[in-house]
Amino acid sequence: MQGSCNQARTVCMPHPLIPVPTPETQEFWDGLTRSVFRIRECCSCGKFYFPPSPICSHCSSRDVRWVDASGKGSLYSYTIQQKPAQFWTTEGPRSVALVRLEEGPLLVSSVVNCEQTPEKLKLDMKLKATFEKFADVTVLCFEPLGETS
Amino acid sequence: MIESGSIAIVGAAESTDIGVVPNVSSTGLAIDAAANALADAGLRASDIDGFTCGYFPVADMSSQLGIYPSWADNTVVGGCSWMFQLRNAMAAINAGFCTTVLIVYGESGKSTRGLTNSYDGGRPGSIGNQFDAMYGGGQPAATFTLPVLRYQQTYGLSDEDLAVGAVSQRAWAADVPRATLRELTTVEEVLSSPMVAWPIRRAMCCLVSDAGGALVVTSADRAKDMPQNPVYILGSGGALEGGLMSPAGVRDPLKPEFIRTSGNAAFSSAGITHADVDHLMIYDAFIHTPIFGLEGLGFVDYGEGGAFIADGHTAPGGSMPMNTSGGGMSYAHTGAYGMLCMLESIRQVRGDAANQVPDVTTSLCHGWGGFWSACSTFVFSNEQP
Repeated sequence: MQGSCNQARTVCMPHPLIPVPTPETQEFWDGLTRSVFRIRECCSCGKFYFPPSPICSHCSSRDVRWVDASGKGSLYSYTIQQKPAQFWTTEGPRSVALVRLEEGPLLVSSVVNCEQTPEKLKLDMKLKATFEKFADVTVLCFEPLGETS
Repeated sequence: MIESGSIAIVGAAESTDIGVVPNVSSTGLAIDAAANALADAGLRASDIDGFTCGYFPVADMSSQLGIYPSWADNTVVGGCSWMFQLRNAMAAINAGFCTTVLIVYGESGKSTRGLTNSYDGGRPGSIGNQFDAMYGGGQPAATFTLPVLRYQQTYGLSDEDLAVGAVSQRAWAADVPRATLRELTTVEEVLSSPMVAWPIRRAMCCLVSDAGGALVVTSADRAKDMPQNPVYILGSGGALEGGLMSPAGVRDPLKPEFIRTSGNAAFSSAGITHADVDHLMIYDAFIHTPIFGLEGLGFVDYGEGGAFIADGHTAPGGSMPMNTSGGGMSYAHTGAYGMLCMLESIRQVRGDAANQVPDVTTSLCHGWGGFWSACSTFVFSNEQP
């Protein structure tokens, strides 16, 4: 894992862009390494929520469980960043997307395996989860549904 | 409830220099502004018994000013932290915890001198770090702006109409000597500025500046004995919503609840209506945030904010003068603009703004924090109800 050492601090901190799991989110990150999108479902109110935490963000219940997400969603909105972070393995402009999951939550991601242009990235287009490397970490991305493998 | 108009601003100042100030640190900008605000209020350090700042350890800052407060606040919610602190100061004064509060801000955002404590929503293990930061590379222009395209396509706002916001604010800045960018611009110029994160171009983004600002706050009763004409706080609001470093945490990004919550609280505590507002400041971190502010605060209906600005209502000569300093896009934006946003409202209400709008009695100021995780609203007036 790449990191940076800020001389003003007494300890070496990881680069702020590299995601660092916590015990509450480890299951999500472990899932990504197996190309599985794990999401939290509340057994009390039946809703899904994101980001993962031990308490339902809809009804505050602790009776929650990890399940495999459908991986399906749609493109709510996006920007196309001209100079993305160097940690991505691909070069060139890159979409930053708000994705509405089929399960309900809205999250930030990136639409990949698609030309990064306004002509190809259409609002409300159907998406499915895919998995990309950022530095040495597998992160959740999305790709057009049905257009690639 | 705190009675409307029972708390007043009696001192207000920016740092001596703003814009590019390479030889002063964040701390230096803050204590310079603090000294200016104390002088503006005709007070000495020993008169201050309440102290707030953000991003700095409180006693580090207060002790450098020779202030030994009995009440303090260090609330940090991003760019509107000093608005939250002002609201807390009102409560503290009302509760009798202290009588006179100094609220201090400084940020070497451009020159990054001593900048060790800026807003950090991306600490390792935070929600922002795990679920947001890598996608936008930590660049707010790519994440804060995510609702823009949805807004444009839902309400039919063209790029040209979107760009008018930057043109209008530059027209205000043209008359402001301390503004960083003062040359008039055009829609064509805005739309030919470099693309940062489509559809957002450089001229649609705030500046990155060095600046400080400070306020002295006390009860309206005490204010009567002070040299400045008091700026009464008629009402205030605040709200938090998204936890991610972007609008994904906002439940409905086109109709954000937190803006409405903060605005409603400010209007109801002030006991005023929109028609009573003579002057408006809405924190423009990017070109779209005044649009969402106008709508969320109820000045226009949802979907009408873009057209309202495009039609010139907020520009010089318009019906609702907004961001009259030039705003974050043309005046100055350090990284956290909430203090500078309030200071222009206060100048307008005092009647000593560089670009003074005639006959301002009441100004409303609305600020954001943490890439839409927080907002706060204030109603300032030169008349006590």
